[in-house]
Amino acid sequence: MEMLWFWMVSVVVALYAVMDGFDFGAGALHLFVARTDTERREVLGAIGPLWDGNEVWLLAGGGLLFLGFPRVLAAGFSGFYLAMFMVIWTLILRGISIEFRSHVSDRLWRAFWDGGFALSSTLMPVLLGAALGNVVRGVPLDGSGFFNIPLFTHWGVGNPVGILDWYTLLTGLLVLATLTAHGALFLAWKTTGAVHRRCLAAARPLWAVVAVIALLATFATARVNPDVYARLPHAPLAWAGMALFLAGLGTVAAGLWKGRPLLAFLGSGAFIVGILAATAACVWPVMLRSTIDPAFSLSALNANAGSYGMRSGLVWWALAFPVVIAYFAMLFRIHRGKVRAAGDGEGY
Amino acid sequence: MDGLLFWHRFQFGFTATFHYLFPQLTMGLALMIVIFKGLALARGEERYNEAARFWIRIFGLTFGVGVVTGIPLEFQFGTNWARFSRDAGGVIGQTLAMEGMFAFFLESTFLGLLVWGERRLGPKLHAATALALFLGSWLSGFFIVATNAFMQHPVGHRVLADGSLQLVDFWAFLMNPWGLVQYAHTMTGAVVTGSFVVAAVGAFWTLQGVHAAQARLYLKAGVIAGFLGACAAAFPTGDLNGKQVARHQPVALAAMEGRWKSGRYAEVNLIGQPDVARQRLDNPVRLPGVLSFIAYGSFSSDVKGLEDFPKDTWPTELELLYYGFHIMVGLGTLFIGLMGLGALLLRGGRLERARPLLWCIMLAFPFPFIANSAGWMVAELGRQPWTVFGLLRTSAGTSALVHPGQTVFTILGFAGLYLVLGLLYLFLVSREVAHGPKGH
Ligand code: HDD
Ligand code: HEM
Ligand code: HEM
Repeated sequence: MEMLWFWMVSVVVALYAVMDGFDFGAGALHLFVARTDTERREVLGAIGPLWDGNEVWLLAGGGLLFLGFPRVLAAGFSGFYLAMFMVIWTLILRGISIEFRSHVSDRLWRAFWDGGFALSSTLMPVLLGAALGNVVRGVPLDGSGFFNIPLFTHWGVGNPVGILDWYTLLTGLLVLATLTAHGALFLAWKTTGAVHRRCLAAARPLWAVVAVIALLATFATARVNPDVYARLPHAPLAWAGMALFLAGLGTVAAGLWKGRPLLAFLGSGAFIVGILAATAACVWPVMLRSTIDPAFSLSALNANAGSYGMRSGLVWWALAFPVVIAYFAMLFRIHRGKVRAAGDGEGY
Repeated sequence: MDGLLFWHRFQFGFTATFHYLFPQLTMGLALMIVIFKGLALARGEERYNEAARFWIRIFGLTFGVGVVTGIPLEFQFGTNWARFSRDAGGVIGQTLAMEGMFAFFLESTFLGLLVWGERRLGPKLHAATALALFLGSWLSGFFIVATNAFMQHPVGHRVLADGSLQLVDFWAFLMNPWGLVQYAHTMTGAVVTGSFVVAAVGAFWTLQGVHAAQARLYLKAGVIAGFLGACAAAFPTGDLNGKQVARHQPVALAAMEGRWKSGRYAEVNLIGQPDVARQRLDNPVRLPGVLSFIAYGSFSSDVKGLEDFPKDTWPTELELLYYGFHIMVGLGTLFIGLMGLGALLLRGGRLERARPLLWCIMLAFPFPFIANSAGWMVAELGRQPWTVFGLLRTSAGTSALVHPGQTVFTILGFAGLYLVLGLLYLFLVSREVAHGPKGH
């Protein structure tokens, strides 16, 4: 049961990264790949009907974590207090930038919200990546089951740890590069004309950067948290995850080579899921690693909500999940094909 | 109260109150939109579709702000109430997670279709989309109220040795009788807000002498729904809520009415200012026996005063609690009168010529927001000093390692952000109202 729940949380987090990931990537890139108002509206038209639903995966993941592993949520959210509010405020900026932009057809108004959209979409992946880095590196959990760490202490990863150090900065950059490259492929798939061309042109160097940072991060992780690789021989799922992310990378390359953006986009989705799955399999069952004493770590085994609650949750979740997938299938079907920029005042 | 506790409470209360300004309108408007779409289908008249289109635009804007202000609340369970989350998360996490899977996905999927799909979907499917959105928003209200109901009146759980709570009966928890009553009352409150706003726009355009056909429709729909909603808010739902508080949280009832001494023939105070230091009410205007009747159905029943409860279980903000309750009930009574009068004048189209009443209806739209916020103050302050009534104290639920400096900083951040957000929202909605039903 604990293991199932651990994987449910991981799957939803991965879905969030893939789905909202392309929204962030599109936002981070749009100032560069879409230069006129019509082109910007094309970008917004591509993610417009989807981003809000994509964002709900974050709430769904948070809800599952709350339900299944309340101690982990309580410790993590209060421990990263200030960083959490940066995430929240960034999400607010992103949401209203998309929502408010097209209501007024003034040039300055639109330029302002375009800037907000780009800024928030660049910041969020860095924050998410740093969060991932913190989870892998560990936090100063003590016997109380809580911690609270400053944003920055020093660049090293040793105690006293801060949220940002060389390692979490590296993972932040990895996620930023990955999601930007992911978003470029999504836009290349959904758009035509100049935006399409610029996205394809950007995707190649971006993916080269991703490959380099991913390699660096793999070695860095071995230094920061050796336990991760110690588990490798006993974690078949980690091998599967690694196979998936390598296959994803290969598919991206093939898609770009043949000029088939959809294929490449699916590949980048697989790459993201693969990395996260491999990470999850390697840290299992630890969910928040203590840098003070491994005995204080919060794990799926010692921090769960008890089997009755997890079982009831499983029942309704198994009912709801296919329905949600059906919503998304319907959305993608209705909005299939390339987008056109919406007319003024209509839609995004 | 130490500073830490105060700031955590302040932040949660402030952000929750601000958030709820928006969902109460979307939940109310969702019903109005379904009504307009239904009439359009049934009568085949274009003016109903036009009305639906206008209110869908307002809905979209409001929804956007509702979404971005709802996310902080979800996070703040963990950031600000870590010990409460640790101890109760396994129970209340159920409904919070269900809200995401069952309601939020439904809403976010169908909103886009409702806004941009009218031509592609055709009239029947478009009306069905409106219905789906209505279901989604009212479901999300249900799950969040069910969560709150557990905190007001915990059921379906067990207390473990370490003080944390564990779910033992899913259906008892989900169908908490407290929650059903609270849900009915909260939804009628949302209907009141939605219909008052619709009626206010109708009154505004009528007074201006523009968009006559649409204005008449909004006035009529808003006044009828507003009257029914206001009546239902008082009776049966408000009344049931009061009885439920009397039964399960008698100490909160005593505080809501500023009642220190126990006794039979308990009075309702129409006016009066609680003087907490001297434990009495200044300048009271009383209706003897009415409180006994409201709470227990008989004028002579004994209603306990605060003196009968240990002082450490008294709600902590007696004055706010007292005023919150009186503001809600006072406004609720006025709403029935205002919309009742409007409904009477609807016959023969007299309402459109009754300019003083139109002015009142136009200016009345902020008051349901106040009544709803006041009502939640009553519920949330009346629950004090408990986060989960009778089980977990609020002071034992904070994130102990987050210090006041951090919380003050985030409160200031929210204050600035929400000020800007509120102004932008008002600006954009005013533009829509100024542009009229046809839009740009
Ligand atoms: C337009 C909104 C509105 C109006 C007109 C009223 N209420 Fe209300 N009231 C609410 C909106 C609301 C609310 C915001 O929806 C609350 C907060 C929690 C809840 O269940 O509903 C609430 C709470 C609430 C509570 C507290 C429940 C608790 O402590 O948990 C009581 C006793 C009443 N109401 C009773 C009444 C009565 C007797 C009314 C007679 C006129 C009335 N309300 C009008
Ligand atoms: C939208 C309407 C709501 C408003 C206006 C509101 C308002 C408030 C206020 C003013 C406080 C501070 C009370 C105090 O500490 O004295 C508070 C606390 C709190 N509320 Fe609400 N609330 C609302 C709905 C909810 C719901 C639906 C939930 C549960 C899902 C909830 C959960 C909490 C929690 C956990 C706290 C902090 C703990 C506590 O003070 O007891 N609130 N709320
Ligand atoms: C204090 C507790 C509350 C929390 C944690 C909370 C959480 C949230 C969240 C996260 C969203 C965004 C959903 C999305 O992305 O689509 C949201 C929106 C919404 N909330 Fe709340 N909420 C609270 C109070 C309430 C209350 C009391 C109600 C009504 C009874 C309510 C009703 C809604 C509705 C209908 C929406 C949909 C968006 C909208 O229509 O504006 N919420 N809420």
